Amino acid sequence: MTAEAMIASPGATAIHPAWVRITHWVNAIAILVMIGSGWQIYNASPLFDFNFPKSIALGGWLGGAIQWHFAAMWLLVVNGLVYLTLGLVTGRFRRKLLPIYPSQVLADAKAALTFKLPHDDLTHYNAVQKTLYAGVILCGLVVVLSGLAIWKPVQFQELTTLFGGYDIARYVHFFAMAAIVGFLVVHVALAVLVPKSLRAMVTGR
Amino acid sequence: MRKLIPGVDAQLLVKDAARLMPDPMRRNFLRGAASLGALTFLTGCDIIDTDAAEGVLRRISEFNDAAQAAIFSPTKLAPVYPESAITRPFPFNAYYDEDEAPVVDGATYKLEVSGLVDNKKPWTLDELYALPQVSQITRHVCVEGWSAIGSWQGAQLSEFLKRIGADTRAKYVWFKCAEGYTNTIDMPTALHPQTQMTFKFDNKILPRAYGFPMKIRMPTKLGYKNPKYVVAMEVTNTDRGGYWENQGYNWFGGQ
Repeated sequence: MTAEAMIASPGATAIHPAWVRITHWVNAIAILVMIGSGWQIYNASPLFDFNFPKSIALGGWLGGAIQWHFAAMWLLVVNGLVYLTLGLVTGRFRRKLLPIYPSQVLADAKAALTFKLPHDDLTHYNAVQKTLYAGVILCGLVVVLSGLAIWKPVQFQELTTLFGGYDIARYVHFFAMAAIVGFLVVHVALAVLVPKSLRAMVTGR
Repeated sequence: MRKLIPGVDAQLLVKDAARLMPDPMRRNFLRGAASLGALTFLTGCDIIDTDAAEGVLRRISEFNDAAQAAIFSPTKLAPVYPESAITRPFPFNAYYDEDEAPVVDGATYKLEVSGLVDNKKPWTLDELYALPQVSQITRHVCVEGWSAIGSWQGAQLSEFLKRIGADTRAKYVWFKCAEGYTNTIDMPTALHPQTQMTFKFDNKILPRAYGFPMKIRMPTKLGYKNPKYVVAMEVTNTDRGGYWENQGYNWFGGQ
């Protein structure tokens, strides 16, 4: 982060334009429903030697969970497409998320872990943030595509083949979910640690 | 939960209403209510009326039926596999235990045919076995997520529908099974080249566990849309639902 950026007043323009804030919160609802119902669906035929506790799974039973999953899927995909389109068209992705240099990621990660990473300027993302945000967008793409691959292994069989077949696509879908949950844990923890970042995502300032 | 009638406890009201429902539906209804509690917990506010939410979800599921019908290609074939890929032993799966599976007497078995067809003569097993036989090794995908590759032999359902003079402009084909299981499918799927009246598994007469004497194999649909122990079929324009569909599984159940 440059000294100028740290000094510059963050209040001059909105930190997050309205479309970012709206799609962010719509996505938050959609992804929570997808994850909660996904856990219930997972429980019907677990890939690993564990189940998700019923108290945090959504839908009550497999049929209910599937109804939630395939309802929220539309919200996730339509909202996601709006977000990706605007992110690309407005140049926000390029401006905010690129470039990412590995050396900078390491330096910023070290600073973050020793609590020396400044958060004065919310309009500027440090290299760790850039990596996490770009990474979670990528995970979102993978989770949706692998989801389509296991939803329609006949009609979209080319996509299923691309993921290594039906059974492997299930694992890809699971691990993409796990990565998103991992991101959420860090993301929510940091939003709580730096409350003004949460305020910025609500009010824009 | 929202107060529906002043002075009446909403929880008790739901319990009373549920008592009037058939058993499996009651269970699902109450489980669904519990899950809405979880959403309330997640969002921190009680904004969702249970009945309204279930109604909305059901309507979206119907929208998804239409979406899947649009995605469905009548000519796209499910991938086929070599014999070495067959899952052994192929799993038994039903809502009852294997020793409770129906026992159908092949000697007296007759497939009842009804609805929008020219010839409603029932079919014996020998007559069905005499139909032109086809074979497929395809993946059975269960709604639960697991899958298994099986080998099925039998007659194309489209060929059978032609022979009985079925009106293929009708919307649905309905199946009834020996144990009371029912299933309605869309006509485009019934006419799909891989939709099969199955009499054999792995080139041997269908064992009881896999649906003797006849199952309907549809590699374009999830397992619960593939009925076993089929004893009757009807060509119809009335959607008569099905065992799982009536409890909330998606009607189209395509893959």
